[in-house]
Amino acid sequence: MSNVLIFCEHKDGAIKTSTLPAITFGREVAKHTGGEVYGVVVGSGLGDAGADAARYLSKVVVVENDGLGNYLAETYAPVLAKVAADLGVSTVAATATNLGKDLLPRAAALLEAGMVSDVIEVTGGKAFVRPTNAGNALGSVEVLTDVALATVRQTEFDPAAPLDAAGAVESAEAGDIDSLNAEFVQLNLSESTRPDLSEAKVVVSGGRGMKNAENFKVLEELTDLFGGALGATRAACDAGYVANDLQVGQTGKVVAPDLYIAVGISGAIQHLAGMKSSKVIVAINKDEEAPIFQVADFGLVSTWENAMPDLIAGVKKAKGA
Amino acid sequence: MNWVVNPFDEYAVEAALRMCEVVTGGKGKRFGEVVVLSIGPKKDATKEIRSCLAMGADRAIHVVAEDAALDSFVVANIVKKIYEEEQPDLLLMGKQTVDGDSNQAAQMVAGYLGLPQACFAATLESFPDKKELVVGREVDGGMEVKKVQLPAVVSVDLRVVAPTAVKNNQSEEGYEYGDGPRYASLKGIMKAKKKKIDVKELGDLGVSTDLRVKHTTFAPPPERGGGIIVKSVDELLDKLQNEAKVL
Repeated sequence: MSNVLIFCEHKDGAIKTSTLPAITFGREVAKHTGGEVYGVVVGSGLGDAGADAARYLSKVVVVENDGLGNYLAETYAPVLAKVAADLGVSTVAATATNLGKDLLPRAAALLEAGMVSDVIEVTGGKAFVRPTNAGNALGSVEVLTDVALATVRQTEFDPAAPLDAAGAVESAEAGDIDSLNAEFVQLNLSESTRPDLSEAKVVVSGGRGMKNAENFKVLEELTDLFGGALGATRAACDAGYVANDLQVGQTGKVVAPDLYIAVGISGAIQHLAGMKSSKVIVAINKDEEAPIFQVADFGLVSTWENAMPDLIAGVKKAKGA
Repeated sequence: MNWVVNPFDEYAVEAALRMCEVVTGGKGKRFGEVVVLSIGPKKDATKEIRSCLAMGADRAIHVVAEDAALDSFVVANIVKKIYEEEQPDLLLMGKQTVDGDSNQAAQMVAGYLGLPQACFAATLESFPDKKELVVGREVDGGMEVKKVQLPAVVSVDLRVVAPTAVKNNQSEEGYEYGDGPRYASLKGIMKAKKKKIDVKELGDLGVSTDLRVKHTTFAPPPERGGGIIVKSVDELLDKLQNEAKVL
């Protein structure tokens, strides 16, 4: 009873890169428990996703069924709970993506297990560290049940490297699939050719100081010079300058890129909670008292109107573009 | 410390009020009952419950418990118990508290009750027959539309209090609410004083109060090293290239 099970998200016959930090988490837990790290892949039309997952995991259970084509917490949670119970694992984890956050607590209820959200550090087989209060405190937590569930903060664990030898792939039955009359209607994806916010090496974010949607174009230009992702504060999203899913912060995405450029952002604690683990932070704001400067490595007191043209020209020159 | 209603829960109250009122000619008329459930210390939670009643909720249930006696599991068990007693058409919750930040309770309650769930709701559409709910969920990379049969458990995200985020197909076409949760009117505050709060002791509910997760210590996060203010874009570019080496 000391093995770890990782819920692997997948797309187009491969596991998502967002799952790899959860596998690293699993390996760290296994160091404490002396167990193995297994994976589970759930869906329909899975292609080689199971084999892909097995590059990182000593055993992968594939549950493939036409009734599991679209993700529903109602149908996926019983499958995850059943696989966990059949394998007799002591830990079940997933990356804290939206899907992970939706699924794991429901599975925890079915497994009668304790759960920890957004783990940033493993300190024992059932002992973890997680941020609370918008990242203003780090709580050490211990799970007291036989089985522990956890979601893992993607930015705090490195992506797992493949194993020397791939693990075994087994298939398992889904059991009774009951959607409880819940129905996936559609997914309206925001169109973007940019990398995922959570995975981008460079993030350029704008706040209310950008004043309107049109002005975000200048940030998009800088973003694309870096091949990065565009982000925004809650205020900028609420004002409709950019799509809601670009929100960085306590209740939006948590990012930790190599370079974070904050433009026209004052730096509310809820926003800082989502970006202060970035390696290098640049802040451009006209108000020298803005809290963003307290976390910035390099601050420039200026309006974005004055700073951005020169910054874009300088980056273009440096990149030889 | 000044206690306030958790913002996401305040949004859940606002969403519930919007679902349960028919607005015609700019005036709202209630057609369903909104019951507020709060779990917390005696004195502090009472004030917050009154503020939800002042917004327009009809009555409240207060389960008296200290914070240290609660984890997501105990909270989910309490909510489950009250759900079974009240049998509401819909259980609305905030998606997370802004201190614990766990984002678990709604999903757990749904799991325990075997009810469908729609978490991180940004839009809600209900219909006069009260049979189903169409929910826009904020997910990675976009918006997912999910349909659930009632009764169901819904956890709300920030955008659920946008002017047209909640539709009940009974209010006048195109009606827009103000952005954000409503303020209590003076009349609302006076009325709230007379509304019923059913106080229950956690120990009397007959639910498990064994913690499953224990917080052992809290520590401040590591401080970031002090940064510098650069004087010009040129200096910034120089620092990014030669010092931080990110350009």
